[in-house]
Amino acid sequence: MEQRYFNKEIETMPRDELTALQSEKLKKQVRHVYDSVPYYRALMDEKGVTPGDINGIDDLYKLPFISKSDLRETYPYGMLAVPLSDCVRIQSTSGTTGKRVIAYYTQHDIDIWEECCARAIVAAGGTKDDVVQVCYGYGLFTGGPGINGGSHKVGSLTLPMSSGNTDRQIQFMMDLKATILCCTPSYAAYIGESLKEKGYSPDDNSLKAGIFGAEPWTEEMRRDIEKSLGIKAYDIYGLTETSGPGVAFECSEQKGMHINEDHFLAEIIDPDTGEVLPDGEKGELVFTSLDKEAFPLLRYRTRDICVLDRTPCSCGRTHVRMAKPMGRSDDMLIIRGVNVFPSQIETVLINEGYAPNYRIEVDRVNNSDTLDVYVELSPDQFTDTVGAITAMEKKLSAAITGILGIHPAVHLVAPKSIERSEGKAKRVVDKRKLHD
Amino acid sequence: MAIKQLSVFVENKRGGLVAITDLLAGHGIDMSALSIADTKDFGILRLIVNDTEKAKAALTANGILVKVNEVVGIEIPDKPGELSRALSVLDAEGINVEYLYAFISASGTGAYVAIRVEDNVAAESALTSAGFRTITEKDVRGSKD
Repeated sequence: MEQRYFNKEIETMPRDELTALQSEKLKKQVRHVYDSVPYYRALMDEKGVTPGDINGIDDLYKLPFISKSDLRETYPYGMLAVPLSDCVRIQSTSGTTGKRVIAYYTQHDIDIWEECCARAIVAAGGTKDDVVQVCYGYGLFTGGPGINGGSHKVGSLTLPMSSGNTDRQIQFMMDLKATILCCTPSYAAYIGESLKEKGYSPDDNSLKAGIFGAEPWTEEMRRDIEKSLGIKAYDIYGLTETSGPGVAFECSEQKGMHINEDHFLAEIIDPDTGEVLPDGEKGELVFTSLDKEAFPLLRYRTRDICVLDRTPCSCGRTHVRMAKPMGRSDDMLIIRGVNVFPSQIETVLINEGYAPNYRIEVDRVNNSDTLDVYVELSPDQFTDTVGAITAMEKKLSAAITGILGIHPAVHLVAPKSIERSEGKAKRVVDKRKLHD
Repeated sequence: MAIKQLSVFVENKRGGLVAITDLLAGHGIDMSALSIADTKDFGILRLIVNDTEKAKAALTANGILVKVNEVVGIEIPDKPGELSRALSVLDAEGINVEYLYAFISASGTGAYVAIRVEDNVAAESALTSAGFRTITEKDVRGSKD
């Protein structure tokens, strides 16, 4: 299959040239941050490092880390590296894990971001002849605006649907023959379910690809979505702090997401010690922006747990690939001392033949953690005997125990009784009151 | 001849059951028999109604889990020991009873019992040979139709 690239020169640049480019950009970026952001200058001074110490990417380890708490502390303007009058846009995090973070963009920053998204769309087979249906939220959330801009750069017809109103999504998808669907994976699954309910088969739509991200999802869920929509599903990664979606994206090989390394330098560290880990080891993903003007970040700790793969990819892109994050370390639950990612439970559910519609409830009863998993029964799984249903619950519970090492109480519930999400799915309810 | 039974998944939450009975009433469904098996989380409501397909369609359209299967129906004479005798017949044939429930016959001469087994034909033949009368959907509906 012929590979297409949005920016062939950069995306397939030989490693040594790419490294030289990154080193040049890093030196400038560090100087820019040091000169323009007093908060950052103080952190560097405290660590005894000056811009002169950074002569290339091999010196990256000398720089201090920053984390979300730094961004919150400096809210709203403390990390701004250009005059506010040079900025043209803000975007913001949802603030679900605390105070919002505001990211600032100059026109140059917007252009970089949109190009990253354009690369993702082209890697998913997008061309100017495509109809790109964007049902990520628009507004402060980066999902909608980022993909929208990328789609413009590719020259595709862009449908700025935003999230929600599924009937209208389906109407536009059918009437305007959308070919590429962009949304969260949980919403893609919901659209697939809704299409089926309306009596459409996967062949009835014109979709060929989907670009799904903004929340953790599993390989099993990918296969489910691909089947229900009749498409190839591509993963995309990003975070508001670094710009938005498009920091990394999947190619047709579907073996990890290529990080746009000409703009973002990636490291994997041990989340406890901060030590840089060798390639192939699992740890926390850290990003350094290389050419941002308004909101540059040096060694930003994403709290996403994943692995980097620098082996060559047969798609021809030379940029490093990141594995699908197991989940943001925020999503990780510690239950009876065991680290649990909701994605692990989701994998079991799909392998056992259930739809990925579930809710996880964690509570503490008599000082012991409890884990309850609510899963929807499908019509073909329902039988008239209690014994058969409780046996299904036991089997599923045993399968989850096998993966997590802790025993959950599984409850099979009626179809559609678990709330559907049109944006990021909220699948975990932690009722433990550990801090008050 | 076996009788069609409707099984409905009911979550154990307030208003769960009434939502189903209301829906059936609204579609003019007449119930002849019902039983509920319940657990901590859910129940299974089993019904014998006058129009199984219509009831199924109405429930399914409202997103409720429904399954239609067949149960064996027999008439039990109104005297002590008759139900035991029927169950002994099945036991002797090695037929395992998953569940059963009784309801009143439309004619008022005895009780009807719906029995859920794996093999309806084997159960019917054993019970008929022992002198029990199997009932049909017509018996269940009585003269009301």
